[in-house]
Amino acid sequence: MIQLRAALDWLADGQNWTGAHGAGVLVWQHLWYSLLAVAIAAAVAIPVGWWVGHTRRGRGLAVGVTGAARALPTLGLVTLLGLMLGVGLQAPILALVVLAIPSVLAGAYSSLEAVDPQVVDGARASGMSELQVLSKVEVPLGMPVLVGGLRSAMLQVIATATLAAYVGGGGLGRLLFLGLKTQRYDLMLAASLLVIALALASEVVFTLLQQLLTPVSARR
Amino acid sequence: MWQGGDTPGEDLAVITFEHVAKSYPDGTRAVEDFSAEVPVGSTTVLVGSSGCGKTTLLRMVNRMVQPSSGRVLLDGRDVASQDPVTLRRGIGYVMQSGGLLPHRRVLDNIATVPLLEGVSKKDAHGRALELMDLVGLDRSMARRYPHQLSGGQQQRVGVARALAADPAVLLMDEPFAAVDPLVRRDLQQWLLGLQGELGKTVLFITHDIAEALLLGDQILILAPGAQVAQRGTGEEILAQPANDFVRDFVGLAAGERVLHPSGSGDRTVLLDAQGRAVGVLGEPGQHR
Repeated sequence: MIQLRAALDWLADGQNWTGAHGAGVLVWQHLWYSLLAVAIAAAVAIPVGWWVGHTRRGRGLAVGVTGAARALPTLGLVTLLGLMLGVGLQAPILALVVLAIPSVLAGAYSSLEAVDPQVVDGARASGMSELQVLSKVEVPLGMPVLVGGLRSAMLQVIATATLAAYVGGGGLGRLLFLGLKTQRYDLMLAASLLVIALALASEVVFTLLQQLLTPVSARR
Repeated sequence: MWQGGDTPGEDLAVITFEHVAKSYPDGTRAVEDFSAEVPVGSTTVLVGSSGCGKTTLLRMVNRMVQPSSGRVLLDGRDVASQDPVTLRRGIGYVMQSGGLLPHRRVLDNIATVPLLEGVSKKDAHGRALELMDLVGLDRSMARRYPHQLSGGQQQRVGVARALAADPAVLLMDEPFAAVDPLVRRDLQQWLLGLQGELGKTVLFITHDIAEALLLGDQILILAPGAQVAQRGTGEEILAQPANDFVRDFVGLAAGERVLHPSGSGDRTVLLDAQGRAVGVLGEPGQHR
């Protein structure tokens, strides 16, 4: 309880939030890394996932890749990539991308699998081209499931982005590792609370997004 | 295979099946060897139990299924040589579940094909409203979503969508099977009226012999593998069932469709198999 009290005091102290290494900057860095990683993962995995979901080809491969990527320990990956790419942002961002890809990929292909096959069949039989079936029917109807995939990817990435500081990057991990090295548990706890707050905020935003993008017919 | 007919040109087949077959990689033979012609401006009904291959046949016409062998001709042209998207936009297709786009309003569902063809939204919607009148849907439903309509209304939207591009050919895959019997009877009568007005070439699929007898100018009774057990008008089939399969299928074997005259009073009353009065015997040649 004393540690928690100390952590809250630390957070309440405005001085800790300002400056080049203040909590304010670290929160923004943390958020920025997470968004960047999820955006890159989305740019890679969504087209692939849509292709798999639309053509129903390569599903086994997608499931395999997803499972394998999930089994990779992110800390090990950060270390390995850090050794290969050197200190900086590349290694942790790349590791976070690898972390995010399985959820996004699974969200993308299962979003199309969730669409009623009769609806897709009807659309194709009325004369929509494959691209039109995808863009006018499958993607809009599957949107909530896809956003769900992005949502869980974002959650995982926010929770793991602390590792950026492990190889010299910024973000809330910096406070965490600083606390660890100096045995300032209040600092570690404060950093953890901030990570939790970010994660919860992301959940709220994605829940709203999911509702906003749910086709009218499925809302009720 | 010229089907006769006094005036050449009137009986021209719009859809021709030439020895089509369909087998799947697992060895299932959905269609063995099927040939048929669907004459212009008439309704041809393929009737058979589920799994007899009738839907497969229907879907060969708009290339939703590719035959393993044989050809399907539309207006004398092999459909396999045509671009599937263009082909499908020129053919109306009504399916059992409606297959409507759940995220689009009724008006946009009906206007699907014209909008794809690049018709302006205003014109497409105007035409869609006219079609709503034609299929008996109140215009107040235009801005609703499919799930806000009853099953029967959804089927009407499905028919309106199929008619939107004014196709010469309509494919109807058990369009009324999923609605309750009262609504079904209503829709069947309505389709008969509509067909009298529009004179489309219709290929209609059903498992219900009563529906086939009601709607079909030509009826093909299909056994498993889409083998034709008998083809002809309803009258011909009831008068001379080709074999036991047909007799059984149309309900003659069980006596369901047999009416017994009962000579009480001035008129001959007809009784069904259970002995219930269903009507009276009219004079020959007086039917519509």
